[in-house]
Amino acid sequence: MATTFTMRVFRGGPEAGDFKEYRVEGGEGMVVLDVIHRIQATQAQDLACRWNCKAGKCGSCSAEINGKPRLMCMTRMDTFKEGEPISVAPIRTFPIIRDLVTDMREFFDKWARAQGQFKGARTKADDFERVVPESPERKAVDAGIECIGCAVCYSACHVVAANPAYLGPAALNRAWTLVKDTRETKNPERLRAVAGDAGCHACHTHMDCTERCPKRLSPTAAIAGLKRATARAALKGDL
Amino acid sequence: MIQTTLWLAQRVTAAVLAVCVFVHLATIIYAVQGGLTAAEILGRTRGNAAWLAFYSVFVVAAAIHAPIGLRPVLGEWLRWRGPSRELALGLFAMILLFLGMRAVLAVFA
Repeated sequence: MATTFTMRVFRGGPEAGDFKEYRVEGGEGMVVLDVIHRIQATQAQDLACRWNCKAGKCGSCSAEINGKPRLMCMTRMDTFKEGEPISVAPIRTFPIIRDLVTDMREFFDKWARAQGQFKGARTKADDFERVVPESPERKAVDAGIECIGCAVCYSACHVVAANPAYLGPAALNRAWTLVKDTRETKNPERLRAVAGDAGCHACHTHMDCTERCPKRLSPTAAIAGLKRATARAALKGDL
Repeated sequence: MIQTTLWLAQRVTAAVLAVCVFVHLATIIYAVQGGLTAAEILGRTRGNAAWLAFYSVFVVAAAIHAPIGLRPVLGEWLRWRGPSRELALGLFAMILLFLGMRAVLAVFA
């Protein structure tokens, strides 16, 4: 059934910008990203937006939809009231490049600062290392490994807004999956990197990240795990 | 390391305070319900070593717990970070300890 959506899309750059209204013909089964694409195709070819898979896998199309960080490709149009204007703005806490595109360098730099790179002991000449799927360690990794790096959690986090040095839920979640990885060799340095005022101890456990994660992960649980792990390391004198 | 220690100290003192506050409130309700006078209360607290030990633990736990909790509040709301904040919080802990212990000793001695 054809319907008309009223979209208010942010247009502008780092210096200035405002919401511009577009009325878009649409139909059943559409998501916000479809409507943005239709605006690009029919009304504003210069509308900038970042996207790739349109399947909730790549984490590229995060935006502020009606004031809440979400993935545009995972937000169905039929979840809004008929005739309700829908605002689409660039995701918060990141510098705007143009329209819906933001500079996400800080977000990924923080993954690196949280020692988000895997470092094993084996080389390609060695055999595969066995990881038992049913082990508690692997189950803890499984709980957080599906992060797509969309930064929705980071944008939703109140601590990020108040404390710019804070590594944020996604980077800490990544660090936690490595802390629980039985093949990992760099965990003492990693725990040092994620402890403290910019790390896991800054989290207030508001759970905004967990509430908004499009993959239904719980960075809050990962951060709680890091708090326990760093506390244990501190008691042993390893931190 | 220091922030992890502070976090641990706050969690441990929180657990202590949970017990202390419960006992404290229960004692107040008991004293009020029973219609004890101030003189009767002082008669029970003066020279009571168990009472002194309990409330000393309470005061020490509060003097550790509160400044650690105030630390991120100052950082996030007032953007106050660095050595001056730590010094001010150390001073705040000392004030809490002094005022608390003064009250405890006044009722004990």
